[in-house]
Amino acid sequence: MLVRVLVLPRRAVLDPQGRAVAQGLVHLGFPVRDARVGRVVDLEIDAPTAEEARSLAGRMCEVLLANEVVEDWEVLP
Amino acid sequence: MKWGVVTFPGSNCDQDAFRVVEEGLGETLVRIWHKDADLGGADVVIVPGGFSFGDYLRCGAIARFAPVMEAIRTHAARGGLVMGICNGFQILCEAGLLPGALVRNAGLRFICEDAALRVERRDLPWTRGLPETFVAPIAHAEGRWVAAPPVVERVEGEGQVVFRYARRDGVVAEDANPNGSTHGIAGLVNEGGNVLGMMPHPERNAERGFGDGSGLLLFQSVLASFAGGRT
Repeated sequence: MLVRVLVLPRRAVLDPQGRAVAQGLVHLGFPVRDARVGRVVDLEIDAPTAEEARSLAGRMCEVLLANEVVEDWEVLP
Repeated sequence: MKWGVVTFPGSNCDQDAFRVVEEGLGETLVRIWHKDADLGGADVVIVPGGFSFGDYLRCGAIARFAPVMEAIRTHAARGGLVMGICNGFQILCEAGLLPGALVRNAGLRFICEDAALRVERRDLPWTRGLPETFVAPIAHAEGRWVAAPPVVERVEGEGQVVFRYARRDGVVAEDANPNGSTHGIAGLVNEGGNVLGMMPHPERNAERGFGDGSGLLLFQSVLASFAGGRT
């Protein structure tokens, strides 16, 4: 089943990519104060239940998909 | 001593490391493939720069799971010498062999230029033979070292910082920091001092004509330390 995870830079870490995006949007006239740019990973997981698939996805984030030193992750509902 | 250099798919600075070992030092080279189960008897292992696994996901994120990393981990745990250069530094951080993480340069640009470095510790195998400052080129887009504040404090407090970006005269200053790295850190060691990670490439300034050749001093320092039994 499909599980989507979201990985974003931690707020405490300078995200120059997010800052550049925010500045670009401001330049285009949008009232943007901040932006953070991360990644979405869609996973096709073989698991008996959705709950187990989501739990596995969380483990995947801890082990590979996110670097917890600098990134926050979330398994999306 | 035997010098191991690891090659992952996408590593490209292994070639320069081969050259330093064989031509610069006249030493025995052991070429290590990322799938190898052991280090071929290498006394020091160089994890070179490049773009292992295309920098996919995060720099070094995938290389960290290569089969050879287990042997490197064991070697490091026994006090064996491991040196990560650029992507190698990123891999060692991802593998947890060094603290913190290397993230995107503050200015977002890939920077390719000579970096003057102040040598913060001269008591390690890596640095015993080094002058107070030396120059090595940097070529990276993800060279900014960051860590949680308590980790930064510990790294500084324990004297784990080995190289800092500096002006040519050796003064460490923000204007000499090319990528926003915390406290201008360009290279550091683990608590035991046997695992070194550095973003600049000493192997790219190891021959006159490619710079002043002073990068060779780092490798000669390791060799001298090993010969003297002081690693």
